[in-house]
Amino acid sequence: MMEVTQSGSAQHAAVLREFGCEHSLLSRPDGSASFVQGDTTVLAGVYGPAEVMVSKESFDRATLEVTLKPKVGMPGVAERSKEQCIRQTCEAALLTRLHPRTSITLSLQTVHDDGALLACCLNAACMALMDAGLPMHCLFCGVCCAIDQQGTIKLDPTAKEEKESRAVMTFALDSTDCRVMMSSTKGSYTAAELQQCIAVCQRASESIFQFYRDSVSRRYCKA
Amino acid sequence: MRETPLSNCERQFLVQAIAEKKRLDGRQTYDYRNIKITFGTDYGCCIVDLGKTRVLAQISCELVAPKMNRPTEGILFFNLELSQMASPAFEPGRQSELVVKLNRLLERCLRNSKCIDTESLCVVSGEKVWQIRVDLHLLNHDGNIMDAASIAAITALCHFRRPDVSIQGEDVTVYTPEERDPVPLSIHHMPICVSFSFFQQGTYLLVDPSEREERVMDGLLVIAMNKHREICTIQSSGGIMLLKDQVLRCSKIASVKVTEISELIQKALENDKKVRKEGGKFGFAESMPNQRITAYKMEVAPVDTGDIGKKAEDLISNTEPPSEIIPSPVVRAPGTGQIGEGLQNSWGLDENEDGEEAEDQTMEEELQTMDVKVKSVNKEDPIVLSDSEEEDVVVLEPKIMKKEVKVQASSTAASKKKKKKKPAH
Repeated sequence: MMEVTQSGSAQHAAVLREFGCEHSLLSRPDGSASFVQGDTTVLAGVYGPAEVMVSKESFDRATLEVTLKPKVGMPGVAERSKEQCIRQTCEAALLTRLHPRTSITLSLQTVHDDGALLACCLNAACMALMDAGLPMHCLFCGVCCAIDQQGTIKLDPTAKEEKESRAVMTFALDSTDCRVMMSSTKGSYTAAELQQCIAVCQRASESIFQFYRDSVSRRYCKA
Repeated sequence: MRETPLSNCERQFLVQAIAEKKRLDGRQTYDYRNIKITFGTDYGCCIVDLGKTRVLAQISCELVAPKMNRPTEGILFFNLELSQMASPAFEPGRQSELVVKLNRLLERCLRNSKCIDTESLCVVSGEKVWQIRVDLHLLNHDGNIMDAASIAAITALCHFRRPDVSIQGEDVTVYTPEERDPVPLSIHHMPICVSFSFFQQGTYLLVDPSEREERVMDGLLVIAMNKHREICTIQSSGGIMLLKDQVLRCSKIASVKVTEISELIQKALENDKKVRKEGGKFGFAESMPNQRITAYKMEVAPVDTGDIGKKAEDLISNTEPPSEIIPSPVVRAPGTGQIGEGLQNSWGLDENEDGEEAEDQTMEEELQTMDVKVKSVNKEDPIVLSDSEEEDVVVLEPKIMKKEVKVQASSTAASKKKKKKKPAH
């Protein structure tokens, strides 16, 4: 049964947490960025375009490798699946055909996980790729939202809110048209709820892209 | 990827500068770079910056069974990882010599020196002890990983709080952080590594080598010491021959440096304790420098969700529903159902192979009598499946039904056996 909540009836708690980012904080990588969403902090470092191992080389494009390391323990299946999501998003955004037979290595380190980890990783990845100066045809951002037991959509949930929710969704949206590049969902939800979440995330992505612009212009503009 | 090789002229330049008592960053021979310690939101998490070398440390604890030969002692586990972002030369997966050497030195420094009281980590002798796990990640490699790692490890251990445990006779209760405040670890002393690099066969000495200096050095001497002037570990690598008074001189320098660094760690721990007690904001988010142009913060931003309900509704009403490929199931006999009309059995035999039967509701038909009533079934009705795999169906006279549906008897094909739901008729 499809129930569409009218805008008046359901109060969606759509508030993004405090954001912070720092670029070029590491001296060795070609590009690095740290992205903070509330308490969730992810550090990203990019090397590339650089030498590639012959076994992994691709004749017409750059080979992108993504590594996500958790803070405690060995990386497991959850990290591997996040790596694939991030890799596919980055491959779609990067102009890999400009650098054939090279490798682009993106390393992510979870510094603190308080919910919305995949979204924070995507944001940190995009800022690091920008900092490295790699050519992209669009920027991308990650937004996470959760649907709690009552059906309200919570944007940018904390770890506690994620645990108590019925469904958690992460979308990667591009900067040109705010279309969905990647989606990763967990839990059960109706088709109407999915469309509402996508709409909420698209609204939120506008503020995130504005944040990107502001942080870069703070660095590069004279005023 | 491979490390960029150091050119000969760069090497000669560095060695000559050291011979003239000059360092690339303007430091003196015995000077350390700036050390910055920041703590994270949860206990036991800290980031140490030694110049540009950055290490992240995280302590975690778990209740495990103790080692067989040490039933009353807790377990310490160290893991230093060189992250791929720290240097282009670090490849994931492959354990290089450097990682092994650093891990071993860290273990000797912290475990063999008995700086942590492992007896206090025992909960139930022989059954449950605390295992303290120290995870260190090198985030940026600008030389002297060992010192940064040891500072990060001991600071994080001093910062860490483990859950409180109470034992009443036979009952052991582990309290969550909400029930009772977690307790710090019992630490006797704080060993800190100090690295000395030697050049020109031991003629010149530098404290806290940077990455370039490490590339041209002949050998490295690491002394782990605590502020009580006790040497915990000493290691000389690189094959340089050192004189006795050189080693003694290094240990004197090390004691001075260790006192300074210990004071710095104590101050950082006290600052963090004060901020937490006063209820102020703490964590990495707060320690992000505001005044730098490379750092930027945005306040909590509300997002307008006014018309998303209507927008979503429009989207859904505009999309076409998926084409109907699944007709409602048909029941031939009580307790069975069938989806789709089977194909004509062209073999003339009774058993046929399964096609793609992706639906879980697809069932085989059991031909009992020819007067089977076709009953429409409600989708909500639970379908009872018989798990018995022993019945054999022998179809004697297959008749064409009104709906031109052919009887499909299941065969005991391998694919069937995998799905427990499907009984073999």
